Amino acid sequence: MTNLFEYAPAPESRSVVDIAPSYGLFIDGEFTEAADGKVFKTVSPSTEEVLSEVARAGAEDVDRAVKAARKAFDKWSALPGAERGKYLFRIARIIQERSRELAVLETLDNGKPIKETRDADLPLVAAHFFYYAGWADKLDHAGYGPNPRPLGVAGQVIPWNFPLLMLAWKIAPALATGNTVVLKPAETTPLSALFFADICRQAGLPKGVVNILPGYGDAGAALTAHADVNKVAFTGSTAVGKEIARTLAGTDKKLTLELGGKGANIVFDDAPIDQAVEGIVGGIFFNQGQVCCAGSRLLVQESIQDELLDSLKRRLSTLRLGDPLDKNTDIGAINSAEQLSRITALVETGEAEGAERWSPECELPSTGYWFAPTLFTGVTQAHTVARDEIFGPVLSVLTFRTPDEAVAKANNTPYGLSAGIWTEKGSRILAVANKLRAGVIWSNTFNKFDPTSPFGGYKESGFGREGGRHGLEAYLDV
Amino acid sequence: MPPVPKSDKLAKAARAQKALKADKADKADKKVKSVKTEQAPAEAPFADVTASDATLRRFLHGLPGVDTVGLEARAAALGTRSIKTTAKAYAIDLAISMIDLTTLEGADTAGKVRALGAKAVHPDPTDRGTPTTAAVCVYPDMVATAKAAVAGSGVKVASVATAFPAGRAALGVKLADTKDAVAAGADEIDMVIDRGAFLSGNYMKVYEEIRAVKEACGDARLKVIFETGELSTYDNIRRASWIGMIAGADFIKTSTGKVGVNATPANTLLMLEAVRDFRAQTGVQVGVKPAGGIRSTKDAIKFLVLVNETAGPDWLDNHWFRFGASSLLNDLLMQRQKLATGRYSGPDYVTVD
Amino acid sequence: MSDSNGRLSVFKTYKLYVGGKFPRSESGRVYEVNDAKGNWLANAPLSSRKDARDAVVAARKAFGGWAGATAYLRGQILYRVAEMLEGRREQFVREVAEAEGLSKAKAGAVVDAAIDRWVWYAGWTDKIAQIVGGGNPVAGPFFNLSSPEPTGVVTVVAPQDSSFLGLVSVLAPVIATGNTAVVIASEDRPLPALSLAEVLATSDVPGGVVNILSGKTAEIATPLAAHQDVNAIDLAGADAQLAKELEIAAADNLKRVLRPQPVDWSADPGTSRLTPFLETKTVWHPTGSLGSGGSSY
Repeated sequence: MTNLFEYAPAPESRSVVDIAPSYGLFIDGEFTEAADGKVFKTVSPSTEEVLSEVARAGAEDVDRAVKAARKAFDKWSALPGAERGKYLFRIARIIQERSRELAVLETLDNGKPIKETRDADLPLVAAHFFYYAGWADKLDHAGYGPNPRPLGVAGQVIPWNFPLLMLAWKIAPALATGNTVVLKPAETTPLSALFFADICRQAGLPKGVVNILPGYGDAGAALTAHADVNKVAFTGSTAVGKEIARTLAGTDKKLTLELGGKGANIVFDDAPIDQAVEGIVGGIFFNQGQVCCAGSRLLVQESIQDELLDSLKRRLSTLRLGDPLDKNTDIGAINSAEQLSRITALVETGEAEGAERWSPECELPSTGYWFAPTLFTGVTQAHTVARDEIFGPVLSVLTFRTPDEAVAKANNTPYGLSAGIWTEKGSRILAVANKLRAGVIWSNTFNKFDPTSPFGGYKESGFGREGGRHGLEAYLDV
Repeated sequence: MPPVPKSDKLAKAARAQKALKADKADKADKKVKSVKTEQAPAEAPFADVTASDATLRRFLHGLPGVDTVGLEARAAALGTRSIKTTAKAYAIDLAISMIDLTTLEGADTAGKVRALGAKAVHPDPTDRGTPTTAAVCVYPDMVATAKAAVAGSGVKVASVATAFPAGRAALGVKLADTKDAVAAGADEIDMVIDRGAFLSGNYMKVYEEIRAVKEACGDARLKVIFETGELSTYDNIRRASWIGMIAGADFIKTSTGKVGVNATPANTLLMLEAVRDFRAQTGVQVGVKPAGGIRSTKDAIKFLVLVNETAGPDWLDNHWFRFGASSLLNDLLMQRQKLATGRYSGPDYVTVD
Repeated sequence: MSDSNGRLSVFKTYKLYVGGKFPRSESGRVYEVNDAKGNWLANAPLSSRKDARDAVVAARKAFGGWAGATAYLRGQILYRVAEMLEGRREQFVREVAEAEGLSKAKAGAVVDAAIDRWVWYAGWTDKIAQIVGGGNPVAGPFFNLSSPEPTGVVTVVAPQDSSFLGLVSVLAPVIATGNTAVVIASEDRPLPALSLAEVLATSDVPGGVVNILSGKTAEIATPLAAHQDVNAIDLAGADAQLAKELEIAAADNLKRVLRPQPVDWSADPGTSRLTPFLETKTVWHPTGSLGSGGSSY
């Protein structure tokens, strides 16, 4: 049917952000070129427009940055906690002040809708710094004994799906506990980390406490392997996480890993259906499904499968895909051509293996990297699309008959990051939550995050927790 | 559609009935041409549901639950839609055309009602191209006056009835109230349900009263007011919605405007889900009317977004969606003037009636 | 060998402890265990890869029931272990004295400390969740609770020197928190560990919760470190080179690894060995207003 109420374009103004034609590495408080002079381009995934040219860190730069962080460590860790906390409070406030600018920047560099960067990423980034700022002078009360000590230099490698939020999750607790950091953002989304470097300067953060090294996997590998790094924190793929774990074997470096997932979203026949549909949609289409804790497997009780799928399909037809800067866009661009081809290949495998593919009518823009919201029905645990993390807007629908079967299927994966439960029966929520082998369980909700709430996985989804009191442990010698 | 407990034959029966039924809707002023159906008498499809107190209770308590936080979060998320330029112009005119311009005061006089009628017919005296409102809404004793004031304009006259707003009167009084308003020329009747009966679990009484009033309405369209602020929970609002729809309501309406909590995005969203599900199950389309507390253009547009993305474009028409409001109109008119001239308007440039 | 009164004593055949039973090694092999001076004490089973595999199967099978038992019940059972140890005190004093070359008095002190350590951990079962878990004040209408849960099947490479106190110190916290264990006993001093199995078997500890293997540490540990159905490994008894190799193998399924470190087994252990094999699970649920009246427009 024709919709007379067509929403006119409502683009967020791009002029609030001023992207320089080139950026350097941020080492010891200064922007600097890479030792070998290498650079790379970062593009906007929705238009393929080159946004900027960024210095590409190599092993020599990693060494320089680690030295700077080491040099800064003694003074930084000796500061009274209250002083460290005040730096973090400053950073939190500057992020709040500049949040519109950073939201637009993140949307440009990542491709995710402005609605998400504005309403989810940026508020959470500021809140995370605010939360850990308050811990800096209260570590004696954190449950790790009196006067817990920092580890030293933290080497941190973050992914491209929530560039600034992952930076916040890494840097805020590290600094609050008295460590200094060298952080490598992902090669497709370096810009917000470089803007963060500028925020560190605005906040007057001592030189060398935070060092930012844009670069590729080789820089990340050099950083995690560096002999003078005391702590490694990595968020990214399980394969790379395992490689880092091997690299660190036999050392005394502390390691935390936040890796992949294949979250099950379990819908029982007594679920609050309309809210469950919203939760399913938010669970897999938030950030185009490029979320490690995405609810990428829908486990629906067989008795309501048809009704639920009808509702879900109707709801998917209202999703608005397009210009990420448009305030009404629900689904933005896939982050890179590489990721798009990975999603495409897995979806083709799903079809080849006999799962039934469905997408709402959806016009994809002609430039940029796009993938329509996709459902697979008729999926079993044996299908690749039910086992492999797709990291895209693709939902695999499976059915179950009993709570036991739901739990068995939900747990039938090497991953263990997230799961969802939808039922109006309280005791069933608690019983099922108890049996699920996953680090975050959302019951009658999904994809909720908070700085006070520990986040992290079981099994091959990694180890260690980020957020909350628990998140301090990763950066303390305890 | 949520798994509404039903016997399979219900929906089929309703569809068959619908096919036989002549569509008596006055479509002359309709902009939406998709399938519209007038009410089928509802007793046939839901006969087994309304067979006894027990069956009705089982049905209502078998409706899917509502998660408060999720519902409100969805309503809030839709509230962040950014409606600009052409879409805004369309939405403002649509909202004006959906208003039941209301005066329900003890101090109402013929003069007040005539002024209201004039405003409904020509909301903006400086721009005769402004759409009329959908209706004026008055007490039964003002229906004749209102009818005369809007004569020939296409603006409908709606009357509250059934011992509005409390509804605490005997059924005979309520029916007499209704018949009186209809006899005076009311095109639409806004009744209140017996919240006391609902809250004490006497769903059948609520149902039968609606049916009786519907019958008393004759050709007038019936809006059933739940007073959602008094029903208190979203689960209750969903149940009340289904009682109303099964009993033959042409519209389900949130509130009287006389209690603390009136129309909210969340309770309206919930009722929009109900009419959407009811049509999917029975083929019968029911309208929705949020009333009370909607005062700004921004608010009104949020409600239209809820309609658009929940029930769908079929409801974007004053035959199927109304705003019960009074001060909203002037804000819509000022925004309309702003869009036309590019400068902000002020209260001196709209009429106080 | 004979007692002082000339009676011929009865030797004990030491066996493995797997799934609550006392099998010989599947390999059919044994190795000689000597005392600190080099005198033969007994033969111990020389476990093979297959024994390790069987032990993991038994530990996995026992995990659901043990992790799902109430913390109170686990505490009761662990305390029962301490009671049974107390009753067999003289046996353990003799075995520890022989294994570690200690005087009877010193060995007695070690065994007493080990029994007290069981008591310490028995009391932790229903308290650890209150220490490491809790509610989180999230900025929204949600109830949010973090609770510790056991990691799963844990391979425990027991300390090589401290054959009993060290063993107890690494094993008790693993099972107190609801994990199940595959223990590799001290290679040269396995007898106290194999005798502990007899205590566990008579203390209401469900079969499979603890499985004890004797033999060459590296031979047994290597397949266990690589085993995809083992969730964690405590490397207490591995030397630096072996520990590194095992940690590399453990990365294949991202086992939680507790690296070897110098430990004074007689010191207060705190909670440092209780937490490494716990996962934190955080559960969210909406709270929100009581109903539709909570949100006025």
